[in-house]
Amino acid sequence: MFIEINHINKQFLNKENQPVDILKDINLLIDKGEFISILGPSGCGKSTLLNIVAGLTKATEGEIYVNDTKVTKPGKDRGMVFQQAALFPWLNVIENVTFPLKKEMSKKEAIETAKKYLQMVQLGKYTDHYPHELSGGMQQRVAIARALAMNPETLLMDEPFGALDEQTRSRLHTQLETIWTETKKTILFVTHSISESIKLSDRIIVMGTKPGIILQDIKVDIPRPREEHKQEMIELEDYIMSFLKKEIDKVVSEELAV
Amino acid sequence: MKKFIRQVIFFIVVVFLWELGSRLELWMPIILPSPSMVLEALIQGFGDKTLIYDLVASFKRLFIGLGISLVLGSLIGILLAKSKYADDTIGSLILALQSVPSIVWLPLAIMWFGMNEVSVIFVVVLGGTFVMTLNMRMGIKNVSPLYIQAAQTMGSKGIDLFIRVVFPASIPYVVTGARLAWAFAWRALMAGELLSTGPGLGYTLQYASDFGDMSLVIGVIVIIGVIGSVVDQFIFNRVEKSVTRRWGLES
Repeated sequence: MFIEINHINKQFLNKENQPVDILKDINLLIDKGEFISILGPSGCGKSTLLNIVAGLTKATEGEIYVNDTKVTKPGKDRGMVFQQAALFPWLNVIENVTFPLKKEMSKKEAIETAKKYLQMVQLGKYTDHYPHELSGGMQQRVAIARALAMNPETLLMDEPFGALDEQTRSRLHTQLETIWTETKKTILFVTHSISESIKLSDRIIVMGTKPGIILQDIKVDIPRPREEHKQEMIELEDYIMSFLKKEIDKVVSEELAV
Repeated sequence: MKKFIRQVIFFIVVVFLWELGSRLELWMPIILPSPSMVLEALIQGFGDKTLIYDLVASFKRLFIGLGISLVLGSLIGILLAKSKYADDTIGSLILALQSVPSIVWLPLAIMWFGMNEVSVIFVVVLGGTFVMTLNMRMGIKNVSPLYIQAAQTMGSKGIDLFIRVVFPASIPYVVTGARLAWAFAWRALMAGELLSTGPGLGYTLQYASDFGDMSLVIGVIVIIGVIGSVVDQFIFNRVEKSVTRRWGLES
């Protein structure tokens, strides 16, 4: 297996210093080149799980192997795209994309590599712009190019399109699918949108909340491009919704109780 | 532009009323000389080059003193932001020192360094350093964790992370710190020069006062005010605005 997530538990301390279970006994095996969505209501710990895979957060128990190497810290083999683009505002687009390349190649090579990936996200003309001059969708595409530029085998995406409008999101779905087909990356994609996960992924890992557990591991067999199979997508959406609803109700009733 | 015109008209009116009051002898010239007398004193001062020597001398001290305080303040600020231990100890000392007007150190400085430029520069350094320290510390502590996480996933850590991400991310605070350090240093410089030796704007102000040359006193005050506001408005304000815009901090 390319990524092995073994018995991951994660606890946080709450205000009264009591340990709270965020993730409980998460087990997941992922093949090389798979597009996996991690789907769940807010607060189910899906972003925490992604951060643990990225090496940004430590698990309380359990271990993760990526390509047979145990994850202990962040690494260039796992590129990450956050919900906010997290571009460095003091650098222009090309400098942002070459940021991770500084140590491993000459400046000229770095710029060529960066241009290649900027063209892939269709921003080849914006190399000299600064992040504040770009729209949210464009910033997110630069962030994707930046993550791709280090040529990681795994791409971790934490609700990357969550802050974008519907049209932009839909366009970026198509672009991401193309990139995935071209580059054969293994993608872990965290989202709370059922339709987004159905549109993009090979497998959907549905998570429940309090504590975060894996409820279902659904293989999506709808052929791509999936826009041509609307009916099957809707059926799958209803199916997932039927047991996710209970989890969402749980979150809502708790929020109302507070 | 409308604002600029309003400001110009305002200043013309003030100067006009002031000149009018002087001409009508509402007050004695020794109490408040007229604008034309001040202008004459300035022309004479620049004509015989004393004011030019003063400006050069004052700016030399300012650049040395402010330069030292920016570097020193940044270094201490970084130390405080990075070390909890230093923050608890040195940090509290700096907070206390920051509330002391730097000119009160002048008697001590004169004992240490003598009645000379070094004492004035020492006071200027004290004037600028602490505010720079506190801003640098704030800037580093307020770097968005998102930038740090993003950099870490791209293999950056340690010194590389600091130089390429943490420091540039705190630039808006550095600019604010530098602006305040300049303002404090400028005030400290003038106070120091008033009580110290020449040449220098503050010294000439004191000298003119001793000889009852009120026109020159006011002339020097005008120069100090103009330099202060020009540097603040035309340099720091612009830099701050463009940094705020680019760093995406506009509200």
